[in-house]
Parts: sequence; C-alpha cells; structure tokens
Amino acid sequence: MSNLFDLLVAGLATGAIYALVAVGFTLLWQTSQTINFAQGEFVMLPAFLMLAAMHVGAPFWLAIILGILLSMILLGLAFKMLLVDPMMRHGVLPLAIATMALAIGIKEAVKQFFSAEASPFPSIVPTGDITVLGHVVSLQSIGVLVVAILAVFGLTTLLNRTSLGHQMQAAAQNPTVARIIGVPVERMILLTFLINAFLVALASLLITPIYLAKFSSGEVLGQAAFIAAIVGGFNQVRGAIAGGLLIGVLDNLAAAYISTQYRAAVPMIFLIAVILFRPQGLLGRAEERTV
Amino acid sequence: MSGFAKPLKIALGLIVIAGLIAIPMNFNRYGLFILSQWAVMTIAAMGLNLTLGYAGQVSLAQGAFVGIGAYASAIMTTHGWPLPAAIVVAIVLAFAVGWVLGYPALRVQHHYLAFVTLAFSTLAFLVFRNESWLTGGIYGISNIPRPHFFGIATTKPLPFYYVCLGSLAIVSLAIWWLIRSPWGRAFMALRENPLRAQSLGIDTRRYTLMAFAIGSALGGVAGALYAPLTQYIDPVPFNLSLSLDLLMMVIVGGAGFYFGPFLGAMIAVLLPEWLRFTEGYYLMLYAIAVMGLLVWSPTGILGILDRYVAERRTKAASALRAVAKSRLETAQ
Repeated sequence: MSNLFDLLVAGLATGAIYALVAVGFTLLWQTSQTINFAQGEFVMLPAFLMLAAMHVGAPFWLAIILGILLSMILLGLAFKMLLVDPMMRHGVLPLAIATMALAIGIKEAVKQFFSAEASPFPSIVPTGDITVLGHVVSLQSIGVLVVAILAVFGLTTLLNRTSLGHQMQAAAQNPTVARIIGVPVERMILLTFLINAFLVALASLLITPIYLAKFSSGEVLGQAAFIAAIVGGFNQVRGAIAGGLLIGVLDNLAAAYISTQYRAAVPMIFLIAVILFRPQGLLGRAEERTV
Repeated sequence: MSGFAKPLKIALGLIVIAGLIAIPMNFNRYGLFILSQWAVMTIAAMGLNLTLGYAGQVSLAQGAFVGIGAYASAIMTTHGWPLPAAIVVAIVLAFAVGWVLGYPALRVQHHYLAFVTLAFSTLAFLVFRNESWLTGGIYGISNIPRPHFFGIATTKPLPFYYVCLGSLAIVSLAIWWLIRSPWGRAFMALRENPLRAQSLGIDTRRYTLMAFAIGSALGGVAGALYAPLTQYIDPVPFNLSLSLDLLMMVIVGGAGFYFGPFLGAMIAVLLPEWLRFTEGYYLMLYAIAVMGLLVWSPTGILGILDRYVAERRTKAASALRAVAKSRLETAQ
C-alpha cells in the first residue's frame, strides 16, 4: 500500500509538470492553430539560459528572473513574430514542420554552445524527506506539485475570472466576432505566447533539478505533454491539466506494475484508444464541423 | 514553346540519369554510401509523398515502416534467404500494417491522425528495442549480407549503389504510373475535397486505406534496402526522428510534386555533408535553412519553381494578349 501511495505522489508531481507544459500547448493551439513540436525543447532551453546566467556570475534568484525574461522574449515574442506570424496564413502543416526544424535547431544550439553532457541544476525546493500520513515523501515532489498547482490555479483564475481572461477566451473561440466586439485579438494572441513561454520556463525550473539539464531532455517531455493535451482535450485548459496528471500517474504506475521496458507504451496505447473512441479528449468539447 | 519543352525535359532527365550512373564510379566508399542513402531515403519519402502529398493524410510513422522493412530484411537475409524474397516480405508486412494503421485515418483527420501515427512510431521503436529474441534488442543485428545478382556479388560499395539506384528507378516508374492511373486521380480527389470525392462515387474508405498501405509498403522497401546498405541495424535509427525527417523531406522538397521527394531527400542527406566543414554547426544551419525556406515558400522548393513558371506563363499570356489587341487596333 505504501508503495502505491509513493507512486501516486511521484506521479502527480511529474504529472503536474506535464500539465504546465500541456496547458501552454493547448493555449497556442486555441488562439493561433499552432502545433508546437518544439514544446519539449522550449522546456529544455530556459534551464540552460539560467545556467548560462549563473556562469557569468549571477546569483540563483537573478538567474531565474533573467531566464524567465529571456524565455519570454525568445520563446514567446521572437517565436511568434519570426516563425508563427509569417506562416500562419499557410495552414497548420507547414508551421508544424517549421517547429520540428526549430526543435532540431534549439537542441543543436544547446549542444554546441553549452555542452553535450548533462549538467546538475540547483533546486528551488529544499531537498530532503518529510513524513506525511506515515509515509516518507520527498520534499521535492511536494514542492513541484505545490508550485505547479499554484501556477495552474493562477492561470485558470486569470482566464475565467478576469476581463482580460474573458477577452483571451473570446479571441480564441471566435476571432472574427471578438474583433467586432472590440477585443484586441492580436494582443491577446501575443499574450498567450508570452504565457506559454512563462509556463515552460517554470516547468524547466521545476523539472531540471530532478532530471538534470541535458540538450536531449526535451524529446520525452514534449511527447508527454502532447499526449496529455490530446488525452485531456485539445480545446480545454482543464482537459490539459487532467491529462497531464493522468499521464504522470499512469506512467509511474505502468513502470511499477506492468513492465519497465514497455512503460512508455502504456500512455501511447491509452492515447490511441482515446483518439479512436473519444477524439475530442476526455474533457474536451467536440469541435463543430462546418462544411 | 511546348513543342520544345518535352524533348528538353527528356534530355535533361537522361543527362541526370547518366550522371547518377557514371559520376559515382570515381567516388570513394563514403561518397557512395551517402548517395546510396539518398536513393533509399528517396524511396521512403516517395511513399510518404503518396500518403501526404497526394492523398492528404498526415503520417508520422514512415520511419517505423522503414524499421519494419529493415528488420524483416535483416532477419531473413542473416538466415540465408535471398534479398528479393526479403523485399517481398517487407512489402507485404509494411502494406498490411499500413492498412491497419489506415483505419484510424478513417475516423480522425489532420493533427489527430498525426498523433496516432506518432504514437505508433514510438510503439514500433519499443518493440524493436525490447523483443530481443527477434530483433537483437539494443545490440541489433550485425553482419547483414549484401546480395548476389546473377552470380555478381554486390558486396562492394559501387555495385550495391547500383542496386539502390535500380530499385529507386523501379519505384519511380511505378509511382509515375500510379499517380496517372485512376488510382492517383482518386487520391488527389480525396485530398482536395473528401466530400466531393465521395459524391463522385469514389470509395473514400478503400482509397484512404490504400494510400496509407501503399505509402507504408514503400517505406518497407526502403528499409529492406537500408539493412544491407549499413550491414548493421539497431533500433536507434528508426525512432521518431526518422519519421520527422522523412516528413520534412517531403514538405521541403514540395509535397504533392512528383520530384519533391528526390529534392527533399537530397537536401536532408547531402546538405549536412556539404555543411560538415562547419563542424558542430551543420544541423543548426540545416534547421535554420529549413525554417527560412518554409517561411519563404511553405509549398517547398518545387513550390517556388511552380510559382515562377506560373508567373512567366501569365506574363507571356498577357504579352500575347497585348500584341493581339494592338493588331486588332491597327487593323481597324
């Protein structure tokens, strides 16, 4: 029993990070029909930006701020203006391919300018264990879970409770009508790109201490976030959150109870089943088709 | 003008073919390996171009089919079977799996299909890696023999290059015929407007499955040649990034253009070699080049050519019109 509890906590902690990444992913899809195949690399890069800041002598807290700012400029602003905007009118596929190329570019740039080796990364949460309900749980898992939940909670509050959030949702759901009623759609789209950049920087900060900073670590993360987003529902923020947690837990349980060799297969089979039997995702709305 | 265009095209084609046969005779081992790799990847990309460019189905699993073909060929030839038999088995196997994978395509479209095929790609990789009784696991299969044809051994790089080139020629002709057949027209109708295709009496179910299965079978052919080319296979080359690379080849060359895969594969295989003098930067430069190209022309390289030709035609037509108009005016 205690084993199951530990697995659940660890699964929820990684799941919460997947959720952060998946939420940004669905936001981009909703507002600009961008499928970002470089999302995993977007998570990998900020950790290296922070490490680079520390190499030139910045203290950890300053490195974090610089990393998040740089991430918002590079992965939010520049990504939108240099790649997404010029390609948006050409449809989903060429843009998706361009983000694949971007993923290769980021990976190679980090490998070349930084290191091909894995680097350790300081944790913002103190390491150590505490006892919860008679179980030993690592502080890191709890910390990751708490920060991720706070971020997601903040985001959903922004989206559902504030006027800015309502404008963002309107811009995502029906840009034409939103424009007519006076929503600055372009600015809202830019905002979602910035939010995505912030979320991936946060995810990077949370996950890198656990798995080390490595140029290739984006592949696995990006795929997990994809699966989370689709399983939960591509067009729903809460779907992406649920999907993230579900995939995190499923992955951990599969490794323990099914087979370590095929642990990666379990979320994949789950994904195929969801797409075939409920393509809109577990919590998603069916997209109306207009012919 | 069009009277000249056709002989010109044929002459150009013959020069390219003669070049592909004659020039590599002076190449070293490595150059021949790269060119053979180009031929093999072109075959796989042509299959994907059929699925994506002509039938409009996004697949991220072509690399997995190359893997299926490669393992089928490696396992059979190391057990003493001849390569042609292995190729046939690779085709049948990839066709059957592709047919089954086509069923999701009937239910879901576009990005959902991309993700189903992405998942399949990862599953195939896990099977290659974990079923070591069959695939050798992470140690792979080594000493894959190269075939004998009519008593001639193709063990040396040059003869095997001709095996790859000859296979590419056969596949090219087959596709050339296919896209001009009613099948190809049905594929294109499916891509342009599935509803209209259906109302014209095209069995969309069957053709979607066919597009997937034929495209996958060509991936199998490429894999069956890849195994004897490298003479050693392990799961790593057939992971998701091969599927992504093949997709990039098709789009960069020009999806839906017959010659798109030839160009796309050339860029993906040769450009990194040409950029090798930049050492570690070559993949980065390649990525930047691909992004730049797609921003500039999302229909790929042949899309640029297509636009240029169309522009010249309209210019020529309006010039003719102007001449005709002035003649009319002077006649009056």
